[in-house]
Amino acid sequence: MAVVQTKNITKRFGAFTALDGVNMELNEGEIYGFIGPNGAGKSTTIRILLGMLKASAGEAQIFGKDVWKDAVEIHKRLAYVPGDVNLWPNLTGGEVIDLFVKLQGGTKNSRREELIERFDLDPSKKCRTYSKGNRQKVALIAAFASEADLYILDEPTSGLDPLMENVFQQCVNEVKAEGKTVLLSSHILSEVEKLCDRVGIIRQGRIIETGTLDELRHLTRTKLVIETKQPVPNIHEFAGIHGISGENRRWSFQVDTEKLDDVMKYISSYGITKLESAPPTLEDLFMRHYEGNDPSGGRRNG
Amino acid sequence: MGNHLFHNIGKLSLFILKRDRIRILIWIIGIVFFTLIVPPALAELYPTQQDRDAFAITMENPAMVAMAGQADTSHYTIGVMTAHEMLLFTALVVGLMSILLVNRHTRSDEEDGRVEMLRSLPVGRLSNMNASLLVLTITNIVLAFVTAIGLFALGIESMDLQGSLLYGALLGGTGIFFAALTAVFAQISENARGTFGFSIAFLLLLYLVRAIGDVSNEALSWISPLGWVTKAQVYGENNWWLLLLLIVVSFILMVVANYLYAIRDLGSGLIRAKSGRKYASWFLQSPAGLALRLMRNGIIGWAIGMFVLGASYGSVMGDLDSFFSGSEMLSQMVLDAEGEFSVIEQFIPMLMVVIAITATISPVLSMLKLYGEEKKNHIEHLIVRAVSRPKLMVTFLIISFVNAFIMLSLAAIGFWSAGAASVEGGLDFGMIYTAAIAHFPAIVCMISIAALLVGFLPRFSSFVWLYVFYSFIVLYLGGLFHFPDWVGKLSPFGYISQLPIEDVNIVAEIVLLVLSIAIMIIAVVTYNKRDIQG
Ligand SMILES: Nc1ncnc2c1ncn2[C@@H]1O[C@H](COP(=O)(O)OP(=O)(O)O)[C@@H](O)[C@H]1O
Ligand SMILES: [Mg+2]
Repeated sequence: MAVVQTKNITKRFGAFTALDGVNMELNEGEIYGFIGPNGAGKSTTIRILLGMLKASAGEAQIFGKDVWKDAVEIHKRLAYVPGDVNLWPNLTGGEVIDLFVKLQGGTKNSRREELIERFDLDPSKKCRTYSKGNRQKVALIAAFASEADLYILDEPTSGLDPLMENVFQQCVNEVKAEGKTVLLSSHILSEVEKLCDRVGIIRQGRIIETGTLDELRHLTRTKLVIETKQPVPNIHEFAGIHGISGENRRWSFQVDTEKLDDVMKYISSYGITKLESAPPTLEDLFMRHYEGNDPSGGRRNG
Repeated sequence: MGNHLFHNIGKLSLFILKRDRIRILIWIIGIVFFTLIVPPALAELYPTQQDRDAFAITMENPAMVAMAGQADTSHYTIGVMTAHEMLLFTALVVGLMSILLVNRHTRSDEEDGRVEMLRSLPVGRLSNMNASLLVLTITNIVLAFVTAIGLFALGIESMDLQGSLLYGALLGGTGIFFAALTAVFAQISENARGTFGFSIAFLLLLYLVRAIGDVSNEALSWISPLGWVTKAQVYGENNWWLLLLLIVVSFILMVVANYLYAIRDLGSGLIRAKSGRKYASWFLQSPAGLALRLMRNGIIGWAIGMFVLGASYGSVMGDLDSFFSGSEMLSQMVLDAEGEFSVIEQFIPMLMVVIAITATISPVLSMLKLYGEEKKNHIEHLIVRAVSRPKLMVTFLIISFVNAFIMLSLAAIGFWSAGAASVEGGLDFGMIYTAAIAHFPAIVCMISIAALLVGFLPRFSSFVWLYVFYSFIVLYLGGLFHFPDWVGKLSPFGYISQLPIEDVNIVAEIVLLVLSIAIMIIAVVTYNKRDIQG
């Protein structure tokens, strides 16, 4: 059974359509990466899932329940970390964590102390004095200290330093190991690549691509830099090679992943003296979709 | 050395003016308009000196002196009358304007990190605060001149140029004084809320000191700058030196503010925040606990204020009694035909209306907090957890009711305890308490309207203050201006009977409560249906 399922959710703010028929499905135990540029509609989708905004059209369910009508029931098993964590300036971090865990229906447990230690937070300071990263830590600690089945995290690491990002990734992997489901919205692609089983890419309120990372890699290209003993004839015309630059016996270009085999066979017959390859990254995919969005011409790499 | 401290102060001032031009314009227009409509109305209502003298006598009693201050009632011209009825009251509004605007550009901007941005530019260390003070000084000077010219231009005989100038200048001077005072508090407190709290509390304190002083101890009035405003005797003696005193004190406060600003770190206050709790107390771990914790200081402040307000009205009851019993003619004027009620009993309804409307402010603030928290993205933390929206709104409603009950009760207790001590033979507690608590349904009605706005038209929720203000105007000034009956009936307070000289109107009280419940149901339903902003 799908833990989260949306059918054609649409959200209009006045005349502006922020979401235009979003379909999304999260299966139990998976980590779903939700990526897209600023203003694409990630937070709006998440706020609909949380019952804060009412969808103009379409249906959304979590745990098989309606996100709007059964919000309270759903929220008992859900933990959320917003992208912009605004806290009460005159409460301390420790007070806020306790309040959040309690309101979610949880009880005090040992994870709280452990998480505070791991995230290196001083819980006796007033939230007024916290930096963005520290406020995010408060929300993350409260989320991971509660016993939820679904974690909805909206760009949760945008203010964390690399060390803390690492702690965060460990925490996500731990809840995954317990069989929990995670919806991770992000624009930090390396993070999504490290953590997620499946990703959905949203742009201008529509999901334009979805699948496992492997599936999506099909759509990406491997970057190659080669040097050969003899010049390679007709390399510009070879099927599957894009964005070529260089001269004579030194070339750098991108290859469609499914054409890699053909390309390598062809080039190796001219005697390879040097070969560098860079794996396909989500970044390439991301850029292909967000930039000109021109499927035939690749990007030039200098 | 001055140069590097005040660098670019001119550009910053222009920037503040640009940000606030509409806001400042609305304040000035509002205050001037409000000032200018009064003298013609008074001239029409009290055309002859005889009318005015009769009115002056009713203003001489201690309860009125406590409220409006002293005046030269032997030469009660339209000018003196205007100054007596309006100047102090308007000065409070001007003070409020200065407090809000200065706080906005000093502590608020600092708390939100905007001052930090400015400081990273080639801007002097003291420029920002002094630019705010400069803008406020100019605003108040403009206000002073516009008011003065407007008053003089009305062409009313007793309102000469000198008096009009002093009238305007006192308003502007009070504004500059409170601007400087707020600047000082902005250095002492660590955050905008504290700055506002301290400044408003000080404003009320100065008003009360003046009230007590005017009634019982002349020397006390001289401590309060608000006392100076009334002692300037505008349109009479025109004591200009009191304006000078006001300006000098303001200047000293500005120097103090600059000194404190220069010695402290950006973002800190002189009162340092201590390290807080590592764990939440059991009390905090619910929406109601959280809400109460957030409102705690405000509620305590208002509670003390209400008690003091009640007590200061109560304390003049004894004087009131002896004042009227000393003069046969006077007591005949105010006493009802049958002589059934004492002077005190006849003054209680009017004082209770003022107390009740003041007691409305704190509970309405509690209710509006629900939307204030939403705008700060705090409500989302609650409703993404197992807290339903109806529960949330009902929690805030209940807190507001209890708040209203406490405010009314404390004012009544303050009134009674001070009154019983000052009146020969004491005061009946039941009578006082019923007269106060009878207004509870009207306050509930105001709270429910605030809730409806939060649920239905959140962006306009502060419009409820217009309604509170309207109620205050029609009921406080209603007697003075002889408004028709229906004007008062547009406010829920207009339906509360005048205890103790009338009987309790149980039907009206119940109707108000039922109506409020209906409004609250709509409020909860609409709140449950709309998008949460953020
Ligand atoms: N309350 C609102 N009113 C009007 N427009 C909104 C509102 N909330 C979001 N939007 C718009 O909807 C779009 C999607 O925003 P959002 O979901 O926050 O994007 P993301 O989280 O992907 O950066 C943006 O163009 C944003 O300006
Ligand atoms: Mg977002």
